[in-house]
Amino acid sequence: MGTVVSFDVPASVAGEPLAEAVRWLHWVDARFSPFRADSDVSRLARGEVSLAGCVPEVGSVLAACEAVAAASDGYFSASYAGRLDPSGYVKGWAIERVAALLTAAGSAGHCVNGGGDVQCAGGRGADSSEPWRVGIADPRRPRSLCRVVAGTSFAVATSGIAERGTHIIDPHTGRPATGLLSVTVVGPHLALADAYATAAVAMGSPAARDWIGTLDGYCGFAIEADGASWETPGFSVYGAEGAYSAEAVSLPKRDKARATDPGPPTSYPVRKLGNR
Amino acid sequence: MRRIMLAVAGTVAGLVALLTFRSHVPSAAPVASSNPGTGAGAGAGSGGAGTTGSGAVTGGLAGSGGSGGSGGQSGGAVLTAGERAVDGNVANTAYGPVQIQVVVKKGKIVKVNILEQPSSTAHDLQIGQFAFPQLISETLKAQSARIDAVSGGTYTSGGYIKSLQSAIDNGALWAPRLARYGSATPST
Repeated sequence: MGTVVSFDVPASVAGEPLAEAVRWLHWVDARFSPFRADSDVSRLARGEVSLAGCVPEVGSVLAACEAVAAASDGYFSASYAGRLDPSGYVKGWAIERVAALLTAAGSAGHCVNGGGDVQCAGGRGADSSEPWRVGIADPRRPRSLCRVVAGTSFAVATSGIAERGTHIIDPHTGRPATGLLSVTVVGPHLALADAYATAAVAMGSPAARDWIGTLDGYCGFAIEADGASWETPGFSVYGAEGAYSAEAVSLPKRDKARATDPGPPTSYPVRKLGNR
Repeated sequence: MRRIMLAVAGTVAGLVALLTFRSHVPSAAPVASSNPGTGAGAGAGSGGAGTTGSGAVTGGLAGSGGSGGSGGQSGGAVLTAGERAVDGNVANTAYGPVQIQVVVKKGKIVKVNILEQPSSTAHDLQIGQFAFPQLISETLKAQSARIDAVSGGTYTSGGYIKSLQSAIDNGALWAPRLARYGSATPST
């Protein structure tokens, strides 16, 4: 999947539990990567093995992909360009599992970031009570954040066409989705948040906005191709509304005065989420 | 301080800041430092680097690991006592080759040097993969706000992360320890 995973964990789990997490990620890569000819997913795609011949996790993941596909009216798909490719779910799922693994190992607060898809468990700080703060990259301005999502035990996933050029295909047309520069989905589980964000980009606006609004426990924020942004009800409960508007974070390097400005206060509304 | 920061993101943030902000600095010169203990970007202020055990671990998934590495010392940095420099492999990007070097002291990345970067210094380069993470430190400086992670960042596909990954693979940080655990060595 070609990404990098970073961990922010308490020292208590920085040894073997973290090594176990890394082993897990490599295992997922070996089994699920469509870029590895010998992965279960690649062999399944070529028809060399049946689902029964794969590790059981492949079946679970494909079933989960089917569920998201059904929930998104087919806008999420476990195939890409006609080939089996559940990566749109696997990445978030693998990162979420890392977070769960660290929780099981005794961590009360950690944050795992897999290439921009973030799962936070608990909070940060010595007593794991402070909110994590996750910035959302602004696809319109490469050096800007457009929002900050703060809280404990939540996931943030952003999909879009900005990062690596268009790479999300509308499965209904087979053509690249172009209407939304990026969609961010926030909710308890990264596997779903990531898949939902991908589906929403494929869906385009305004359908994506309405659809995300129907998802229990998840909310969304999007930037459209023309630069306009929207969010679903509930998002501003997470987001540091206003303080991180695109204007507020514009290009401080060309404004020396701003660089020493202490800026707005840093307390923001925080909503604590239980896992659903 | 019980919290340990495993901050590839933070390191990358600092690194990419260099690629954009200091693009006029001749390559092969040590241009700045990145402190993984402070979170995603310099100036977060809560890391307590002096008392925090720091290191970096990456899940080197397919395509992100280097191969045929060029580890070891390099002429890119002036090292002080206890510091060790490890080169990343050259990573080719749409903008040209990128190679970074990390300077490690007691298991922490204390400095990231740019050994090679795309020859163009136009600010146009600040689109796409070289652009975004600079924001983090600048935003933190400008607004005194802490950012722990960034969603939708651009560092998944950049050459710098490949080079950084390979520097770690080449022995900069936890590679020996991971190897001892057996199967956790980064894939190539």
